[in-house]
Amino acid sequence: MSEECKCAEVREEIPEEQWAKIDEIIKNNKNKPGVLIPILEQVQQVTGFLPAKVQRRIAEGLNIPPSLVYGVVTFYSFFTMVPIGRHLIKVCLGTACYVKRSDEILEKIKQQLNVDVGGMTEDSRYSLEGVRCVGACGLAPVVIVDNDTYGAVEPVKVMEIIDKYE
Amino acid sequence: MVEIIIDGKTIKVKEGITILQAAESVGIKIPHLCYHKSLSPMSSCRICLVEVEGARTLVASCSYLVSEGMKVKTDTERVLNARRLAIDLLLSNHPQDCLTCEKNGACKLQEYAYELGITSTSFEGEKTQYPPDTSNPFIERDYSKCILCGRCVKICEEIQVLSITDFANRGFETKISTFYDSPLQETDCTFCGQCVAVCPVGALTEKVRRFKAREWELKKVTTICSYCGCGCTFDLNVKDNEVIKVTSTEGGINGLALCVKGRFGFDFINNPARLKTPLIRQNTKNKSHEAEFKEVSWEEALSLVAERFKEIKDKYGPDKIAGIASARCTSEENYLFQKFMRAVIGTNNVDHCARLCHAATVAGLATAFGSGAMTNSIDEIKYADCILVTGSNTTECHPIISLKIKQAVKNGAKLIVADPRRIELVEWADVYLRFKSGTDVAWLNGMMNVIINENLLDEKFIEERCEGFDEFKAAVMEYSPEKTEEITGIPANDLIKAARIYATAEKASIIYSMGITQHTNGTNNVFSIANLAMLTGNIGRESTGVNPLRGQNNVQGACDMGALPIFFPGYQKVTDLQVRTKFEEAWGVKLSEVPGFTMMQMLNEAGKEIKAMYIMGENLMLSVPDLIQAEKALKALDFLVVQDIFLTETAKLADVILPAVSFAEKNGTFTNTERRVQLVRQAINPIGQSRTDSAIIIDLANIMGYKMHYDDAKSIMEEIAKLTPSYGGISYERLEREGGLQWPCPDPTHPGTKFLHKDKFTGGKGKFHPVKYRPPAEEPDEEYPFRLTTGRMLYHYHGCSMTRRSKGLDEICKEGYIEINPQDATSLGINDGDLIVVSSRRGSIKIKAKITDKVTQKEVFIPFHFVESAANVLTNTALDPIAKIPELKVCAVNISL
Repeated sequence: MSEECKCAEVREEIPEEQWAKIDEIIKNNKNKPGVLIPILEQVQQVTGFLPAKVQRRIAEGLNIPPSLVYGVVTFYSFFTMVPIGRHLIKVCLGTACYVKRSDEILEKIKQQLNVDVGGMTEDSRYSLEGVRCVGACGLAPVVIVDNDTYGAVEPVKVMEIIDKYE
Repeated sequence: MVEIIIDGKTIKVKEGITILQAAESVGIKIPHLCYHKSLSPMSSCRICLVEVEGARTLVASCSYLVSEGMKVKTDTERVLNARRLAIDLLLSNHPQDCLTCEKNGACKLQEYAYELGITSTSFEGEKTQYPPDTSNPFIERDYSKCILCGRCVKICEEIQVLSITDFANRGFETKISTFYDSPLQETDCTFCGQCVAVCPVGALTEKVRRFKAREWELKKVTTICSYCGCGCTFDLNVKDNEVIKVTSTEGGINGLALCVKGRFGFDFINNPARLKTPLIRQNTKNKSHEAEFKEVSWEEALSLVAERFKEIKDKYGPDKIAGIASARCTSEENYLFQKFMRAVIGTNNVDHCARLCHAATVAGLATAFGSGAMTNSIDEIKYADCILVTGSNTTECHPIISLKIKQAVKNGAKLIVADPRRIELVEWADVYLRFKSGTDVAWLNGMMNVIINENLLDEKFIEERCEGFDEFKAAVMEYSPEKTEEITGIPANDLIKAARIYATAEKASIIYSMGITQHTNGTNNVFSIANLAMLTGNIGRESTGVNPLRGQNNVQGACDMGALPIFFPGYQKVTDLQVRTKFEEAWGVKLSEVPGFTMMQMLNEAGKEIKAMYIMGENLMLSVPDLIQAEKALKALDFLVVQDIFLTETAKLADVILPAVSFAEKNGTFTNTERRVQLVRQAINPIGQSRTDSAIIIDLANIMGYKMHYDDAKSIMEEIAKLTPSYGGISYERLEREGGLQWPCPDPTHPGTKFLHKDKFTGGKGKFHPVKYRPPAEEPDEEYPFRLTTGRMLYHYHGCSMTRRSKGLDEICKEGYIEINPQDATSLGINDGDLIVVSSRRGSIKIKAKITDKVTQKEVFIPFHFVESAANVLTNTALDPIAKIPELKVCAVNISL
């Protein structure tokens, strides 16, 4: 895990203006109880992901141990420690989708985009995630790109959908 | 008090305690895994469930509080089934390799499975696959055995106050993890091993003990740590005359806590390099480091020593022989050593390493207060409102005391750190005063200037209990915050802030160490500290005081026992006729009234006024300043006897080497920094032919014709108690029963003294001393532009004779380094890790550069432990005129690639 994160750091430097926003978020929320999760959420909106140095900055800002921040970040699937591409592809691997061969869809995307589950393409265009049931079993198999949900996706046609997202 | 019924038994217990505590108070055992009595409850393991009448579900007894009329059942079928299920589930993800598990026999999971009759799990399935972490030399973490109870997380948070680990990930993937799952050695972990101490299963174990002993084969012997002056209690775990591991006892000043040296630095005891037979030098003429030694019998070695000592004494007189006692030996041994020097040789030439560390304290505080020791107790630090730490890198040098400081800060205490180096405690500080090293008097005077000007002083205290205020005030008035800033570099505002915090606190405590004392104005520095405490009335009360932290396990005891050239035991002056008469009667000989030489005088006079030396357990060839001169001095002696456990750099220069035993092989007492006399107990038999220092001294005395006989260490203490008023009430029976006594303890009914100077100073009135800033003896100049300061680091100790012979400690830190500021490094073209040359007027060394902003520009730091890059080759021998302590903390050096 840590290796992945280090290479992500190299690829995704946090620009100065983002650091300023991070510090602002910390400052505005400091000294309020139970503030870590909201801060992480707001910071992730700014940076797109929560790499080690961002987590450390938050820990220092709140004067709490970095191990605690890391624990919370790794607990919630909403938080990501790797950068997210411009478009996030989620392939449902819940029971209904799986029996409708969503694993093949996932495999297809991995090959076509040359990306692993949880990873991002070289050009930062896509990130790929396998998710559990999204509550749309009637449409199985389901693929979600950003905020758009696609039902009854066929493995051979999935790339047509994805190619639409620049 | 509330009345509850537990398993049909009606009991009265304190309000506010938990069901588990109530049950334990009447001997009812409730199993538990995540709960530990020294930690706050987490209520996550579900093993301690009990039935409470009227409650909807079973409750966790570790956190559920008792209430009036509560009816509790701890062993119903419902309770037992719930526990069985919880254990069964834990076993479903736990290897059943008890045959070779280090925890076999001490594992809580195993114990409860046995008690509940669970032979195997009923839930076969996937198991945790994280590989074990064996990457550091001390602690092994086997994730497959972890039951995620969280004790290790909790103790690191609450007792060590570091929070290195926490729970990471979710569900089945959950693991105890450091930040970003890095190995411990890449985190701020200090390897205290507190986590190992509380792990209920085999997930965390001591690396060195692997496959050496099963738990039930270990004999536990409770004794006192032989490293710093904290005086921690621990158990040596022994099998077949070998110390296998160290465990904390939950007692003593330290409770569960130990530091890395205490818990993992014990294996020097059984190191094969221990001296096992007496040795006599073969090539006496040419004393090179490659000296040839011949193994001889004790008889031969001791008769040679006796013969040579007698010869020199007869030829030149007794004052031509000098002795160095040892702060690592027991008080009983130090007592015998000074008795040997005084009664058998006939000289007061006896000193020890306190000369290099706290001589200024002993001199300064004795004059100011009437007693030269730490005024208050370690545990009181936790309850102070303000703590001023100066010249003490407490985290590394007195790790257990640093925990009390951090716990105090967590409880809301204000922390002021004044230190030229940005030490770890600075991260905890409210104010950090970074001053130019050697300007201590100036900033202390500056702080007192503010306190007086803002009228924050304790007039009543000064009026009633002190003297010399006016003169002192006049001296301080010169040090306005602005002038102080000029001298010290401390911004005036920070100084004012610190002064206000210290002066307005209800209970303010000062903690200091060698940063204050190892200066040519060390005694003046100590006077200044004493002035500050008196000015604000922060002395003579709990959680206040002036608290010098003593560096070695028994340096306090060695001082108490009179291993000093002007004092008999108990700081009774050799020049005092009445005192001398008392000792003459007790020891049956005429005693010298002439004060002896201090350590540095002995070395200066070696070959001239001093012809022979007897050095017990002290590695002078690393610990004294200007090692090149020191070596010449020792070589100039006609005769040198070194008594030690290893062939140290000093022993290599000896004519006769006498193999002594380590603390694990003897009985006696150590007196820790808070004046607590504690029992040291023998755990193993002496290694090889080595003998206790007392046995050696006693034999030597008898051979030299002085009758000396003691049955055991206990009978030596009986003699000490008779002759030393402050130890008058101390006996082994009491120490055994009461677990340590703080002197002064004048009679058998006296409870010992938690803090000194209550109501009245020991010396009557507290004395203010007007002191002025004087620069160090050697200031940087064009030729030597850097200011060098020296000190200790966490993983090593003093002359390293023990720590570098401990596998783990040597592995984690193998070599010396020089801390240098990034800007200086850049301008000199030095990269991190470069081997550079550091030279002073006295010598030069090669050492690796460590680039860090811990040191400020133009200041550098070298730990003095390492012989290959010995800082003391460089240091200055200039002395404090009163205490004769050398200026080890400041000298000028040059740096080149």
